[in-house]
Amino acid sequence: MALDVAAEVLANLPLSADFNRLSLAAPAIAAATAPGQFVMVKANTSHDPLLRRPFSVFEVLRSGDGTATGLTILNKRIGATTRLLYDAKPGQRIACLGPLGLPWPVIDAGTKREACLVAGGVGLAAFAILAEALVARRVKTTLFYGARTGAELFSLDFFRERGVSLVLTTEDGSAGEHGRVTAPLERHLAERRSAAAVYACGPEAMMAAVARMAMRFACVCHVALERVMGCGLGGCYSCVVPVRGEAGGFHHLRSCIAGPVMSGAQILWE
Amino acid sequence: MDLSVTIGSLHLKNPVIAASGCFGYGVEYAGVVDLSSLGGIVVKGLFLEEREGHPAPRIVETPAGMLNAIGLQGIGVRRFVDEKLPELRARNATVIVNVCGTTIDEYVEVSRILSDADGVAAIELNISCPNIKEGGIQFGCSLSGTFDVVSSVRKATRLPIFPKLTPNVTDVASFARAAEEGGADAVSLVNTFLAMVIDIETRRPKISNIVGGLSGPAIRPIAVRMVYECRQVVKIPILGMGGIVDARDALEFMIAGASAVQVGTANFVDPFIWPKLLDGMRDYLQRHSLARISDLIGTVDVESKHKEWISS
Repeated sequence: MALDVAAEVLANLPLSADFNRLSLAAPAIAAATAPGQFVMVKANTSHDPLLRRPFSVFEVLRSGDGTATGLTILNKRIGATTRLLYDAKPGQRIACLGPLGLPWPVIDAGTKREACLVAGGVGLAAFAILAEALVARRVKTTLFYGARTGAELFSLDFFRERGVSLVLTTEDGSAGEHGRVTAPLERHLAERRSAAAVYACGPEAMMAAVARMAMRFACVCHVALERVMGCGLGGCYSCVVPVRGEAGGFHHLRSCIAGPVMSGAQILWE
Repeated sequence: MDLSVTIGSLHLKNPVIAASGCFGYGVEYAGVVDLSSLGGIVVKGLFLEEREGHPAPRIVETPAGMLNAIGLQGIGVRRFVDEKLPELRARNATVIVNVCGTTIDEYVEVSRILSDADGVAAIELNISCPNIKEGGIQFGCSLSGTFDVVSSVRKATRLPIFPKLTPNVTDVASFARAAEEGGADAVSLVNTFLAMVIDIETRRPKISNIVGGLSGPAIRPIAVRMVYECRQVVKIPILGMGGIVDARDALEFMIAGASAVQVGTANFVDPFIWPKLLDGMRDYLQRHSLARISDLIGTVDVESKHKEWISS
């Protein structure tokens, strides 16, 4: 069940000129969050902007004994709400509704598969908790992580410390491999084939390319969609995604309650 | 304190109703709100058949509001009766079904199916969706069309019928009167205001349907005015809506002439709004020493009989 908390900002860590990591005191939401789930956030109490915005729960913060104390979101300054979140001050209250949505299916090591996490930009936010869950199950996990530039590759130590292998790419070549994240992923999948389970979150074009590539190599592929959302609970029907229906038709599924995690093969990519 | 209100033959435990298109089929919200605590739930508009609606993007935010063009995606009336109504009934929800049609025959057929189902309290006739060509707006923008749809459905069902009126006409009150003459038990108003938002960088409209319906606090004063105007010319009750976000807004609509209110966009922002609205109404009644909320309906004082209030 979703909870709505006026969460205190515990910390606001600027990561670059456009990105920040916001820590929110929402322990009950954090404790109930499964990998891939999201929260609906409103940074102001006025009507401008009016609606909440969806954010992946990036990390669950825990005290020494493992009790959940809060959660973080990875924010990219784009519009009105994300500007407010970039400028948020510790002590400020931010409305946080969640946890929402269907989580990532977490594979088992026993199946002899490995997990390939594919993150584009702010899509990284969907992977920290998933990586923890995979590592806890002793699944060999690789993060393929692409960004515009090296200064926008974040939280690398979080993944390294947990034993996740990193494959980095940047569009400007300033760190990792020069180009798109799909290039090293393709080489990897060509070798590993169906032994790999692919998890993708990032720009829609990246997820579409990854989903097609996964199909080509007979890999299971899940994507976490980032659609414009009004409510997060299935009420507004704004976040729909076209999926294959029977007899060549299609259906619009609400990515808030039928997702955000969906099978990449199910979606009719543009 | 008595929050109950009467809409024709329908007795509601309170005047707060979830608006169509903003609350799914109700069951989506069962985890966050006690559905039986609401005066009623108007479920998402239903045609005879399933519809997939418009492609995304379907919404865009606007100053103190939002623009939507969903395109009446829906599961069709039969699947609703089979798959959703049993749960709503089990949860003791007062279910009002928003009925859509591309023809008068379709409105009649959908209404008949709902009349035969167990657990439907009333029908809201959607003759006002601004976002699809064949979605009844051609009826809702014509006085004779409004009369024809209402009177045809009237003959087909004993359920209370509430046509939902569009504000995108010159004189909403005349449409309320046409609905009343057609045999409506009440009128719902207003649906959204036809509007448009353009991205100046790409010069593209921000939603796929190019235009959409504006809702939220931005439209509230216009909606209140329209409820007030309709109150002057029809005797049937009015279900008022448009940008209500708190109890004060709801009370304003009731004072303007609404017997009950519907809340839509605000539920997106705060799905836990419902008990807050009811608490705020009770506080108001207590503060004004009123025993019944129904005593408030249409009591707007346009003649300034109470000058001492103004001077103080």
